[in-house]
Amino acid sequence: MLRTRVIPTLLLRGESLVKTVRFGKFTYVGDPANTVRIFNELEVDELIFLDISASKEGREPNFKVLEDIANECFMPLGYGGGISSLRHAQTILEIGFEKIAINTQSFVNKELITEIADVYGSQAVIASIDVKTGFFGKPSVRSLGGKLNKKYDPVVWAKEVESLGAGEILLTCIDREGTWNGFDLEIVKSVTEAVSIPVIAHGGAGSIEHLRQVVKKANASAVALGSMVVFQKKGMGVLVNFPDREVLEEVLS
Amino acid sequence: MIAIINYGMGNLGSMNNMFKRIGVKASIESQLGRIEQAEKLVLPGVGSFDAAMNRLNAITGLRDLLEDKVMNEKIPILGVCLGMQILTSASEEGRQPGLGWIKGEAKRFPRHDTLKVPHMGWNIASRESASLLTKNIGNESRYYFVHSYYVRVDNQSHSIMRTHYGFGFDSAIGNKNIYGVQFHPEKSHRFGMQILKNFSEI
Repeated sequence: MLRTRVIPTLLLRGESLVKTVRFGKFTYVGDPANTVRIFNELEVDELIFLDISASKEGREPNFKVLEDIANECFMPLGYGGGISSLRHAQTILEIGFEKIAINTQSFVNKELITEIADVYGSQAVIASIDVKTGFFGKPSVRSLGGKLNKKYDPVVWAKEVESLGAGEILLTCIDREGTWNGFDLEIVKSVTEAVSIPVIAHGGAGSIEHLRQVVKKANASAVALGSMVVFQKKGMGVLVNFPDREVLEEVLS
Repeated sequence: MIAIINYGMGNLGSMNNMFKRIGVKASIESQLGRIEQAEKLVLPGVGSFDAAMNRLNAITGLRDLLEDKVMNEKIPILGVCLGMQILTSASEEGRQPGLGWIKGEAKRFPRHDTLKVPHMGWNIASRESASLLTKNIGNESRYYFVHSYYVRVDNQSHSIMRTHYGFGFDSAIGNKNIYGVQFHPEKSHRFGMQILKNFSEI
């Protein structure tokens, strides 16, 4: 049977990999090509790269870095950050990535998701949705690296991107990101119940038990890992690692 | 030399990267003259069945050249993903006939309460019959799949590996010099690498 995908999700800032806490407080993790070589040796299921400064700086994806990554990786690859046209998507797919994540641009140009899905298929488009819980406990969707409050309920926006043609949703809970405190099961569950496309839960993973909860209780199709795969432990130094496969299979199947 | 046929359907860069990694001479080719010189062919494909067949048929001379290389010259060919589906006779996805080199058909995964379509992710392929394609490959190897249609071959001896997703389907097929894999070997770590290595040694 199909295994639950466990996906290291790595943050690019310029030509470096970093890790954040609640979208701030950057820690340098390493050089992308070297780091992915380790993930390739660890035979991870899939990798997602998010350039967290591209949209903020209004620039294109760094195609050279992506090419270096694709040359080292023999697993499915996704990329998000600064993609604003079909041409960008095309270039990245030709480099050897198979999934394009769209976040900020889906608010600027709603047709972009549909355009890419029409040409390359839905499976090539990940709608990346960043969610932050507001002062009164109501979650809302953010763009531009968490900066802009789009005032959308995550469930409403998730349904919208599904109808636009996205094949998958990367759902990031900003309040949990980098905290090691576990996923926001309530938000994840509300979205997985509302759409029929796979949802990758992102933000808060700190233990195998957290992974089990988000898969079993919130019905996530896949899990994205950040801090857990680049640090030794919470508060400790950089160590590229991946949970033991047998443990994962036992817990997630 | 292995020619990875570029007919405008899909992601060829990563296939080329993997051949490079295993030290096999391969190149992405769209010109008939270059494809004609190839000793082996890889037929990739991502997209829809009819789009792929229409593209193959629209490039003047390509279809005839492939028929000649594969059916007369009998050089090995490997169809990947949609490239495997078009080796068969037809698909529920489209109206165009396939190449028909391996009798069988691609069908849509049925709607299911818990199994999502596309079948996307890592799954096990178990050996069904002996083949050069699966030399040195353990019986429980895992591969990366993304597809909404699955293949059933008419003649069970043409099934090389099978995979289970709700039910069993043919995930690697072969008939003489003609091979196909539903998964993406170029995205399947050492398991996929071994498949491409085996193909290069056939």
